[in-house]
Amino acid sequence: MQDSEARHQTYEDIHSSADFQELRRRFRSFVVPWTVTFLSWYLLYVVMSSFAGGFMSTKVVGNINVALVFGLLQFASTFAIARIYSSYANRRLDPIAARLQRGFDEDGTR
Amino acid sequence: MSAESTMVALSEGATQAMTTTLFLIVVAITLGITVWASRNTKGAADYYAAGRNISGVQNGLAISGDYMSAASFLGISGAIALYGYDGFLYSIGFLVAWLVALLLVAELLRNSGRYTMADQLAYRMRQTPVRTAAATSTVVVSIFYLLAQMVGAGTLVALLLGVSSEGIQNLTIIGVGALMIIYVVFGGMKGTTWVQIVKAVLLMTGTVLITVLVLAKFNFNLSDLLGTAGDKYAATDAAKEAGKDAAAFLEPGLQYGATTTAKINFISLGLALVLGTAGLPHILIRFYTVPTSRDARTSVMWAIALIGTFYLMTLVLGFGAAALVEEEGQAAIVKSTGNLASPLLAEAVGGGPGSAGGAILLALISAVAFATILAVVAGLTLTSASSVAHDLYGSVFRKGEATGDEEVKVARIAALVIGAVAIGLAIPSKGLNIAFLVALAFAVAASANLPSLIYNLFWRRFNTRGATWAIYGGLVMCVGLVFFSPVVSGAETGTALFPESDWSYFPLSNPGIVSIPFGFLMGYLGTITSRDDVAEKRYNELEVRSLTGAGSEQAVVH
Repeated sequence: MQDSEARHQTYEDIHSSADFQELRRRFRSFVVPWTVTFLSWYLLYVVMSSFAGGFMSTKVVGNINVALVFGLLQFASTFAIARIYSSYANRRLDPIAARLQRGFDEDGTR
Repeated sequence: MSAESTMVALSEGATQAMTTTLFLIVVAITLGITVWASRNTKGAADYYAAGRNISGVQNGLAISGDYMSAASFLGISGAIALYGYDGFLYSIGFLVAWLVALLLVAELLRNSGRYTMADQLAYRMRQTPVRTAAATSTVVVSIFYLLAQMVGAGTLVALLLGVSSEGIQNLTIIGVGALMIIYVVFGGMKGTTWVQIVKAVLLMTGTVLITVLVLAKFNFNLSDLLGTAGDKYAATDAAKEAGKDAAAFLEPGLQYGATTTAKINFISLGLALVLGTAGLPHILIRFYTVPTSRDARTSVMWAIALIGTFYLMTLVLGFGAAALVEEEGQAAIVKSTGNLASPLLAEAVGGGPGSAGGAILLALISAVAFATILAVVAGLTLTSASSVAHDLYGSVFRKGEATGDEEVKVARIAALVIGAVAIGLAIPSKGLNIAFLVALAFAVAASANLPSLIYNLFWRRFNTRGATWAIYGGLVMCVGLVFFSPVVSGAETGTALFPESDWSYFPLSNPGIVSIPFGFLMGYLGTITSRDDVAEKRYNELEVRSLTGAGSEQAVVH
């Protein structure tokens, strides 16, 4: 076990590495816009349910109206965004994170 | 009554005997799991985090078991059965919320914490103030949530046994309380996890069965199901009084559309639902039970698939109950504020009241609901006990000098005390609306916990004062607004705790639209009015650790 000062330095070294800066950029450039997107999409649904009753009650097929379709689209978009994130993280985040973690472990046991 | 139906008719006594037997089987299975788990729990990491040896898929099931509470299974289908489309908002909010957990919280928390929600803040802040604050809000959120489940259990059992006696309800609350104490004291996180996994499998199986049976009655035509539900609604006295037609039952606005205040209340509820999940302590600590952050991601993916499928089915259950349950049953659903919709729907699709099929399905679904409640209360009790032992006793009281074994001993005592307190509070709270208590827990989680979690992970400048102001500010504002809302006093809702006097100065029963921004604002103000060099210096470390997993807690090797 290294002392905490050396350990802190190891973290600082990783933080300033180009690899980590790239990982951080990739992570934030994904989660920030997507979070804004799904929260806005959800709020649009909630606000329209409250204040656009006329539009939401338009019949689409049989007894199925816009409100129900909009609600079901929230399910579809949630499943889709989860899939998109998972595959993005597997491809673009995990390889760099694993490399940095290996470097940390080797550094820690020297 | 025809000769045929008399032949398969079962007496009420037989139904009760079957229900009771199934309840006892659920209790026996869960106690068996607890005994097994207690033999395999050695040390703090096992007790708090199941040794971090739960796989991603298993944890996905356990999260679903932890999350789909009585409020989901009984409450949402009940709300849809009574108010039609408006009940569906709960399903959507509860599901979309998981994207916040997936993208912003789950993996980062797994990498940067150990056992409790507070760990992640304490990583770079002053231990005593942030742990005290986080433990306080953990216990408050968990107690509100616990009360909802225990009150639900009391109502469910009393109504199923056909007795409205207070004694039976109190006995059920005490029984559920005793069971949850046993699970948590002896089984720890391992026992709790497997109880939740078993419950998730039971709940999904039961719900799929009823959903298929309901849809089969309408030749798998959703539009027909909705049409029948709407027509049945239009024929009720409530609809005639309000001048509503069949279509109104399928549109938003029946419950929340009357006035602008009601509409804003609806938006406020929507906000709390979507932002609360990622701040619920009993959900957060589940991420510590897996070996790596990748497994945490896998667990959320599974949880989203399971929970999403389940909430889609609540639509069929709710409208199915409105369409298929006979008149007498409808009255019982109204009387139970919706909570009996799913069990009575099961009875209806099994062949109706008095039939053998109906009795079997009713007993089965009631047992599933009971298992649901047990799994959730176990998770909540464990969360509070862990936070008291690890944050308050281990870090604040003993300044980190306590050994793992000492902490676990305190956690067990804490579980006993919290269980007793929950029983003591639940008995006089029997009249409270379950959905309201759960919505309140979500609002507190979103107002008090989420701001500090997000700031801590994404804002370098964030510091100790910011964290404590965010937590206490969000907590006090949220609970305070509810205290001054029509839920607590005044004659407006008809169900207020103190209908005689009126201090309802805040018009909304859901405080989220004010208290969530307030929590974020307090976190911001607390931060910019103080400096915390250590917190800023250690931000790089937290960031590296949370994004890469470097130096994160490892799974226990037995």
